[in-house]
Amino acid sequence: MTARIGVVTFPGSLDDGDARRAVRVAGGESVALWHGDADLKGVDAVVLPGGFSYGDYLRCGAIARFAPVMSVIVEAAREGMPVLGICNGFQILCESHLLPGALTRNDSLHFVCRDQRLRIESPSTAWTSQYVHGQEIVIPLKNGEGGYVADERTLDELEGDGRVVARYLDINPNGSRRNIAGICNEAGNVVGLMPHPEHAVEDLTGPSTDGLGFFASVLSLLVAVGSL
Amino acid sequence: MARVVVDVTLKPEILDPQGRAVQGALGRLGLAGVTSVRQGKQFVIELEGDLDADRRASLDELAATLLSNPVIEDFTLTVEDAG
Repeated sequence: MTARIGVVTFPGSLDDGDARRAVRVAGGESVALWHGDADLKGVDAVVLPGGFSYGDYLRCGAIARFAPVMSVIVEAAREGMPVLGICNGFQILCESHLLPGALTRNDSLHFVCRDQRLRIESPSTAWTSQYVHGQEIVIPLKNGEGGYVADERTLDELEGDGRVVARYLDINPNGSRRNIAGICNEAGNVVGLMPHPEHAVEDLTGPSTDGLGFFASVLSLLVAVGSL
Repeated sequence: MARVVVDVTLKPEILDPQGRAVQGALGRLGLAGVTSVRQGKQFVIELEGDLDADRRASLDELAATLLSNPVIEDFTLTVEDAG
């Protein structure tokens, strides 16, 4: 028996297949969730994958926020269920107000696709416990609207409370304030990350297997809390 | 029929790389002295019948949630004369 992790498919999701595969590679059971169903199928955690939900119309994540599945995810997340939003998923978490701030168009105006070095700044979230503080990892980054912005007070709070989960190293690929690549909520169960750990879980297809730790972290947490 | 126009603009402190690119293009096309360009969105919403208080309140709410993101954007809502 292992943990069941749901991966939501919105119209326009791209990385839902890879996210489900990453869950399986890490030893979990992946469960496909559908944007139009307000049903979590009894999963223990949820991944909101990358892509272009609803064509990125209006603003990235703005329409996905109102999808039926999001109403039950927001409720479960507030009660402590682990939720990881990757790329478009991060944008959806910000639009849903589960995370502060917003993601804006890259300052370069170019879509950026590269293997990105990151530093894990907080190993005390539901999704990063398998990393150590300051660990450097390399995972793919691919976004057109990945610039993280928030007001200075919010940024100071995030830094002060240890809620900056990962920061860009070498370059700031999208103009994110304070080189922020990922943040978490106050409880640490909701994490948003712009780069893609699900694309770095096997040597054959990724630049590393450094992304596996996100999925292994939540699986070990779910076993430890005995929710199974 | 009622017509409502919602203009959405980035807050002043948010970098607008698209506006900056347009500013550069205006200069290259011979327009001197452009100090700033900010790009926004306009929604023109047409409704059946008169705009009663309930629907006006709904529109205000939706302009602040769906049509704009208050973290990065401001909006103005204008009700135009019934046509």
